[in-house]
Amino acid sequence: MTPPNPWTVAGVRSALQARQISARELAAEFFTRIQSRNPELNAYLTLSTERAYAQAERIDLAIEKSEALPPLAGVPLAIKDVISTRGLRTTCASKMLKNYVPPYDATAVERLDRAGAIFLGKTNCDEFAMGGSNENSAFGPVRNPVALDCVPGGSSGGSAAAVAARLAVAALGTDTGGSIRQPASFCGVTGLMPTYGRVSRYGLVAFASSLDKIGVFTTNIGDAAAVLSVIAGHDGNDSTSAAVPVPDYGAEAEKSVEGLRIGVPEDYFGPGLDPEVKEKVYAGIALLERLGCRRIALQMPHTDYAIATYYILATAEASSNLARYDGVRYGLRVPGSTLTEMYRNTREGGFGPEVKRRIMLGTYVLSAGYYDAYYLRAQRVRSLITQDFTDAFQKVDAIVTPTAPTPAFRLGEKASDPLEMYLADIYTVTGSLAGVPGISVPCGRNKAGLPVGMQIFAPHFREGTLFRIGRAYQTALDWEG
Amino acid sequence: MKISREDVVKVAELAHLGLSAAEIDTYCEQLDRILTYIEKLKKIDISKVEPMAQVLHVAATPGAGESHPELREDTLLVCDVAEPVLAQAPDAQAPFFRVPRVIDR
Repeated sequence: MTPPNPWTVAGVRSALQARQISARELAAEFFTRIQSRNPELNAYLTLSTERAYAQAERIDLAIEKSEALPPLAGVPLAIKDVISTRGLRTTCASKMLKNYVPPYDATAVERLDRAGAIFLGKTNCDEFAMGGSNENSAFGPVRNPVALDCVPGGSSGGSAAAVAARLAVAALGTDTGGSIRQPASFCGVTGLMPTYGRVSRYGLVAFASSLDKIGVFTTNIGDAAAVLSVIAGHDGNDSTSAAVPVPDYGAEAEKSVEGLRIGVPEDYFGPGLDPEVKEKVYAGIALLERLGCRRIALQMPHTDYAIATYYILATAEASSNLARYDGVRYGLRVPGSTLTEMYRNTREGGFGPEVKRRIMLGTYVLSAGYYDAYYLRAQRVRSLITQDFTDAFQKVDAIVTPTAPTPAFRLGEKASDPLEMYLADIYTVTGSLAGVPGISVPCGRNKAGLPVGMQIFAPHFREGTLFRIGRAYQTALDWEG
Repeated sequence: MKISREDVVKVAELAHLGLSAAEIDTYCEQLDRILTYIEKLKKIDISKVEPMAQVLHVAATPGAGESHPELREDTLLVCDVAEPVLAQAPDAQAPFFRVPRVIDR
C-alpha cells in the first residue's frame, strides 16, 4: 500500500471513501513518519496514539456502514501544546506544566473531534507561546524541516514544522503577535490567524487575552478553509467569542479575485526588510494584479509604533494571566517554609528566561506610578493603529505585506538579544492589535532555498477574502511553476 | 537609565519571582533597553485618542434593541471535575489544596 502524497483534507476524504486506505492505516502511516522524523525536528512533545486510534476506529466504522462522513473525517491533525486536550498532557512547553493533564477539551479541540479529525499529538512551541523562534521551549528547540540549522519560527514552531514535514495534514496553532503567520512563513506553509472572537479561546491557556487567537496551519488554502469552518463560531464558554454567522469558507475561496482592491502600505517595505523578501512579495503582488486585482498604495502611519505598543500590552496581560502559576492548584511546586517563599521558589524554578522577562516587563508597566505612562498610553496608541486599518479598509478589500522582514534565521542567531527578536514582529503585530484576520501564504524561496511568506489582512470577519486571494494566488503560482 | 537595580528587585518581588543576583543584573540591562525603545510612544499626540478597551469588533457586539448572545440562559450545568482537578494538585487533601501554614495559632 503506497498512500498518495501529499495528503490534504480533500485527499484524505476521497481515499477513505474509495476505501484505498482505512483511517486506522492512515493514522499508523503518520505515526510511522513521526517516529522517523521527530527525533531530528522535535516538533511533537506528546503523541496521542490511544485517542487517535479510537477516533480512527469511529471513522472506519462509519465507512463500513456507509454512513455520511463528518467534514474532517480521518484528517490527521496536530495541536499546539498550549491548547487543552482532555486526558492528554498539555505542557505549554514549560517546566511549570510538565505533567499537567487537562480534565477537559478546548472548544476548538472538541469541535475538531466531532468533525472526525484524528489527533496525532501535541506540538512544541515557545514557552507559554512567548517567542518568535521556538528556542524558548523547556523541551528544546524545533528545527526547521526546510533547513535544519534554522529556526522554524515561533511561537507555534512545532505546528508549522509538523505540517511542513508532512507529519500532519493540518495543525492548530495560536497567534498573539504573529505566532502562526511568522512560522508559516519560515516553514513554507499556509498559516491563518482568524479575527479576534472568530474562534473560541475556551481551553486555550491564556498568554494575552485581548490578543490571543487560535488558528491553523495547512499546506493549502482549501484545507485552511475546511478547518476554520469547523472551529469558528460562537461559544457560550468564551464571552469574547463572536455571535457572527460562519460563512461557507469553501465557497468563498472559490470566488474570483477580479476587481478586488489590494492595498500595499509603503510603511511595510522600508528599511530592515530583506531585499530578497521584498522582491518576492512584490512579485506576489504583481501576480495578483495579473489576476485582475487592483493595486492601491496605502499609508498606515502608526505602523512604526506597533512593536512598542504590543510589548507593553502583551506583557501586561501576561503578567496578570501567569499569576495563576503559584504551585497551589496544578503544575510545579517548589517547597518553601512560608507561602510566599513557596510562590517565589515555584515561579523561579518553573518559568524560563523569556517568560520571566515578560512577567517583569508587564509587572513594571502596570505598577503604581507607571500605569498611565506605559499601559494607558499604549491602549491609546492601539486605537490609532486600529484606526489605520479601519481607514485602509475604506479604500481596499485587503492589505498585502511581507509576513516577516527576513526568512528563517539560524538557531541561536538572535537568542541573546530579546529586543532584536521583538523587532522582527514588526509586520505581524499591527493586525494582532487591530484584531483583524491575517494569513501567510508561501510566495517562493530565496536563493538559499528558504521560504518567504506573503501576508494578507482583511477586515474583521472577512476570512473569506483571505481565502479567495490566497487560493487564486496559490493556483496561479502552481500554474506558473 | 530607565530602570534601576532597585526597581528590578522591587518588580521581581511584586511578581513573586525569586530571581538570582545574576538574573537581576541581566534583566536590569535588558529591560532598560526595551523601555528605552518603548519611549518612542511619547512622540505621538494622544490627547484626543480614547484608549482601546474592547477588541471585539462592533459587528460582534449587539447594538441597542438587539439580543445579547453573550447572555445565556441561567441554567445549571453539571461541572463534576473536583476529582480530576484535585488529582493535578501538587498537594491535595480532598476537598482542599494544601499550602504551607499562613496563620500561626
